[in-house]
Amino acid sequence: MSTVGIGHFLSVAAILFTIGTLGIFLNRKNVIVILMSIELMLLAVNINLVAFSAFLHDIVGQVFALLVLTVAAAEAAIGLAVLVVYFRNRGSIAVKDINLMKG
Amino acid sequence: MTLPDLFFYLYSGVCVAAATMVIVSRNPVHAVLFLILVFVNAAGLFMLMGAEFLAMILIIVYVGAVAVLFLFVIMMLDIDFKQLREGFFEYLPFGLLIGVIFLAELLLLAGGWVISPTLTKTITAPIPDNMGNTQALGMVLYTRYIHYFQISGLILLVAMIGAIVLTMRHRVSVKRQNIAAQNARNPATAMEVRKVASGQGLQDADAAEWVQ
Repeated sequence: MSTVGIGHFLSVAAILFTIGTLGIFLNRKNVIVILMSIELMLLAVNINLVAFSAFLHDIVGQVFALLVLTVAAAEAAIGLAVLVVYFRNRGSIAVKDINLMKG
Repeated sequence: MTLPDLFFYLYSGVCVAAATMVIVSRNPVHAVLFLILVFVNAAGLFMLMGAEFLAMILIIVYVGAVAVLFLFVIMMLDIDFKQLREGFFEYLPFGLLIGVIFLAELLLLAGGWVISPTLTKTITAPIPDNMGNTQALGMVLYTRYIHYFQISGLILLVAMIGAIVLTMRHRVSVKRQNIAAQNARNPATAMEVRKVASGQGLQDADAAEWVQ
């Protein structure tokens, strides 16, 4: 009998989510790594949804995971497009330079 | 320890290690490659849980599209990443403190609860035993959740149009072909027959107009 239960998968998801949060803290100047950290956090959420889906025998969790996956892909595309436009205008992607709206 | 346990620890260990490398690696190209490793191992975890369709989608969408998009952007932009890395160790103690507290709370939560026995009665769409994961997902996704499915397609369309609108630009210095203007020309508007007096040529004003 397998000893791996839902708690193991939730723990892995929690660790991944924490690493994603930590990535945002540590790489505060690099927008690209911040976007990658957000992808990590969304992946952790997906693991949670699929784990509950699998261990409760309810397929709706996988439907939700599919929707989260869609939104994550759209977010990555838009975020990188904004990044490219920003770099074209300012010649840099440093977060601390993004203060044009400060007034 | 059974074989699924072994694979669980393999996939999750590589997943966590690669995720750590994503946020600490100096070179962003390496970070993207480690991100791909994370996604592939997460797909393995999905497989272990029986979500085969999502595992394949994860590889196709994330590894095939999102990670390659990240690679494109990193290689396209000429960025001094050394400068962006300044302050990494400045934020490390604070970040680690927050991270450890956050992780401890999440793990306490993950280990300290039980699923209520009444919950099994409220399941919306039980996973059927007589069909594969892909078929079972399609059975609910295209019937009960068709509106969610279509709205997610709409989100992708909006994202695609948004990305194109954001990044498209017309450079004024580049000459472009205007096919409509070319097709609208006819001999009457495009040609002009002039009588040139012998030995005199065209007048300057006429010549300038003619060249245009």
